[in-house]
Amino acid sequence: MDASTRDACPARDAGHPAGGVADATPIVRVDGVTMRYANGVSALDGIDLDIPRGRLTTLLGPSGCGKTTLLKIIAGLIPPTAGTVAVNDRIVTGPGPDRALVFQDFALLPWATVLRNVAFGLELRGVPRAEREAIAAKYIRDVGLAGFEHQYPNQLSGGMRQRAGLARALAVDADILMMDEPFSAVDEQMRRKLQEDLLSLLQVEKKTVIFVTHSIEEAVYLSDRIVLLSRRPSRVSAIRDTGIAHDQPPDQIRRDRRYLDTVDEIWDTLKQYLQ
Amino acid sequence: MTARSILDHVPSGVSLLVWAALWELVGRFGGIDLIPPMSQIALTAIDIVQTEKFVTALAVTAQAFGIGMALAIVVGIPLGVLMGVWRPAERLLDVWVNIFISAPLTALVPALMPLLGIGQTTVVATVFLFAVWVLVIDTRAGIHHVGGSLLDMARLFGGSRTQIFFKVLLPGALPEILTGLRLAVVRGVKGVVIGQIIIALLGFGELFELYLQNFLMEEFWALVFVVFALAFVLVEAVGLVERRFDFYAGSR
Repeated sequence: MDASTRDACPARDAGHPAGGVADATPIVRVDGVTMRYANGVSALDGIDLDIPRGRLTTLLGPSGCGKTTLLKIIAGLIPPTAGTVAVNDRIVTGPGPDRALVFQDFALLPWATVLRNVAFGLELRGVPRAEREAIAAKYIRDVGLAGFEHQYPNQLSGGMRQRAGLARALAVDADILMMDEPFSAVDEQMRRKLQEDLLSLLQVEKKTVIFVTHSIEEAVYLSDRIVLLSRRPSRVSAIRDTGIAHDQPPDQIRRDRRYLDTVDEIWDTLKQYLQ
Repeated sequence: MTARSILDHVPSGVSLLVWAALWELVGRFGGIDLIPPMSQIALTAIDIVQTEKFVTALAVTAQAFGIGMALAIVVGIPLGVLMGVWRPAERLLDVWVNIFISAPLTALVPALMPLLGIGQTTVVATVFLFAVWVLVIDTRAGIHHVGGSLLDMARLFGGSRTQIFFKVLLPGALPEILTGLRLAVVRGVKGVVIGQIIIALLGFGELFELYLQNFLMEEFWALVFVVFALAFVLVEAVGLVERRFDFYAGSR
């Protein structure tokens, strides 16, 4: 990534709907991150990347390009072979309370109710039961799962399970919400609904979101900024600010000129990786 | 109703009744001394279970089974957990577990006798040897089956090693551990009876020996069926507990 692309980000802040929250200093700084597995496969090759505070940034790239690996490195779940990740200027050495993750396969405890699952992050932090269940109940309502507190995950549809996964991530009140292809395991109609609901939820929650997807439409629909990764071993191939105002009604976005143009442009860029 | 749909509605217990009726016929009209009529076996069974000999044998058997199973659980589950979470332990112990799970352990019982004496200790050891390996293997499988994303999730939300072990790994492995327990009970029941029969001085082994020596076929068969029934009920009871946890076994 060259200096001019990096400098492009603060200039866009003015047009951002959550303008008050966003400021110039990046909340996450990825510096020269390289990931090589023991078997010699190289997943990431010197990734430099700034994630702006208070906005939704998407990592987009072809399947198997190492998007999820990069997300897990930022989460502190796996250490990179080389390079560093800093969150709020502190080098990441492991998971921390400033980061929460929504998992692709939901990662709900099958033996626990929705209430306990949503409260589980707080349970691990030793928050007393009454307190954590009150917090969990609020987020269960916010994600639209009210009435399902005492159901088990296998009694819920895929979409509802991911709502629970989202509520759990919100309940710990982390600065950064990471989402690893969160809607890829649900059907198309449910996915659109979840995307719309996520946008309205983020209007209230004002989080920094790092979103991983391989869907161009999803990326453009949700994101303030899109980071395009190349095929493995991945580098940052381009950064696009969508310039879409996400406080407009959800169905307006899909008719927005900028939405349609950006989808086309990104497709043009990504096509070259699909030989 | 068609013939097919009638067959679909026949309760599974009927085949047992048919078998008992056939046995009754062969017993009455077959003229084989080894096979007395089922009705007489049933009556003898009712008598036998009330005798002091039977009650003593049952107590001795239950004691050997109980102690052997308890040892198998105390050793087998932690060993399985250890092998599930710590690769060196798995590498070193895997070959032993695989040898013993497939070995015809009955052959070992005579070798145990000079070591442990011709008595209850040998029977306890037999139960243990029969039961422990399947518990080790299923517990390890259960630990391995706990999804990687659940462990990532627990780490991500700040879980300590102890928390991850008790709140994620152990409950996650519970369905497989319970399956292992049921299979261990199946094997333990075999172990206790085989041990007693080889020693031939204890519990049901002593009774079987006594009946066969004196050609008391009614008593012999009565005892066989009583022991079958006890084993069946025991295994079903464990299976009942196992099924209560089924609701999450399939959803990981």
